[in-house]
Amino acid sequence: MADVAVIDYGVGNLLSVSRALLHCGATVEVTDDPARILNARRVVLPGVGAFAYGMDALQARRLVDVVHEVSRRGTPLLGICLGMQMLMDTSAEFGETAGLGLITGRVVPVPERATDGEPQKIPHIGWNGLAPASTPAAWSGTLLDGIAPGESVYFVHSFMAQPEDDAHRLADCLYGGVAVSAVIRNLNVMGCQFHPEKSGEVGLRVLKNFLRP
Amino acid sequence: MRQTRIIARLDVKGTNLIKGVHLEGLRIIGKPHDHAKLYYEQGADELIYMDCVASLYGRNSLGDIVQQTAQDVFIPMTVGGGVRSVDDAMRLLRCGADKVAVNTAAVADPRLITEIARRFGSQCMVLSVEAKRIGPGRWEAFTDNGREATGLDVIEWAKRGAALGAGEILLTSVDQEGTRKGFDVALVGAVTAEVSVPVIASGGMGTPAHMEEVVRHGQADAVAMADILHYKRATMADIRGAALQAGIPVRTFDRG
Repeated sequence: MADVAVIDYGVGNLLSVSRALLHCGATVEVTDDPARILNARRVVLPGVGAFAYGMDALQARRLVDVVHEVSRRGTPLLGICLGMQMLMDTSAEFGETAGLGLITGRVVPVPERATDGEPQKIPHIGWNGLAPASTPAAWSGTLLDGIAPGESVYFVHSFMAQPEDDAHRLADCLYGGVAVSAVIRNLNVMGCQFHPEKSGEVGLRVLKNFLRP
Repeated sequence: MRQTRIIARLDVKGTNLIKGVHLEGLRIIGKPHDHAKLYYEQGADELIYMDCVASLYGRNSLGDIVQQTAQDVFIPMTVGGGVRSVDDAMRLLRCGADKVAVNTAAVADPRLITEIARRFGSQCMVLSVEAKRIGPGRWEAFTDNGREATGLDVIEWAKRGAALGAGEILLTSVDQEGTRKGFDVALVGAVTAEVSVPVIASGGMGTPAHMEEVVRHGQADAVAMADILHYKRATMADIRGAALQAGIPVRTFDRG
């Protein structure tokens, strides 16, 4: 039994996530086998690209129910980038598409204008600092344990998750003054919009926190 | 203001890290992976690997180096030089690249830009443009390390590339490259004014102050540098410090 099953549904750069987890000392299995996913101590749902394509790819491999079961069993589940967005109820990318519904809320486009009305570049690509979400920072014991507000991580995305319940929002980043959900969680279900596997030492810290017993 | 990305550019020939002037007269610097790891540890925001002779010989041999680097370097990697097809791009991504940079093959068939963007997302498709000044406010796009003229106007080509799906433009000034005399700020400014995707300024960074010029006056979204790092003329920390002092936001990097 591997420490972490990385779900292989044909989307994204699974190699980088796996290597980063290995670097953090975990045994890793990249798999689309439901039994192996359900047996793993932890599960990562990676992903890059379009929401509907990602959901279709999960459906095609009959993995939607598997992810639900992972969540129901209380196994730590980490969605990364598109994988985090798919945790939500629905996405507005190319019409309204249903997601996994593990965290209440929608996925909407990153606003094309900053809060001062100036146009800003989409996708949001690059390093950006983590900020506590609306509630005061309570990062200890979470994915962000040991990380200070303002430390930067690497984002590449055009859409963003908007959890309805503020309690599910752990950290944001500000893009043109707009608060973008960077880390979300609902009990054992966690998501980060940025790529921890591409975010240097801070990103590795996030993964180590995910691996912690 | 967004954080400006500081990118270490590693030009590779065979298994060696090399550096030239105006993309020619290449000198061996060392092993690519050693330098990649050093720059990562010093706080580079991204890496670019460019196979300098790939399109000349019709190959891309970077796979092994990329694979090795992906073991212990955890920042985004752009890989280019000799990417001629979606399959070539796929191969590099499988080795651990996050984005592919395409020049020669995109000039030969611009549909490749769209094909790569459709398959992997435009964030993955970097259009590499080698620009030579041909008159006041005019630059021509070149391929094969500035050897082959294309007849394409750089600004028009960059606009077209972005419209076709390129998510970023890697803009290398052949005139400035390897000279340590600073970026072609007018070139970068002319392109950033016309395209909405991020532009990486490349070629000419000789001192930390050159970064401020091209960001402030050229609106560069990211700066690529090679010589200044390879010859240890400045460390990443010097460059980061100079940027912050000049009021240019860059990634905070406190960890050792």
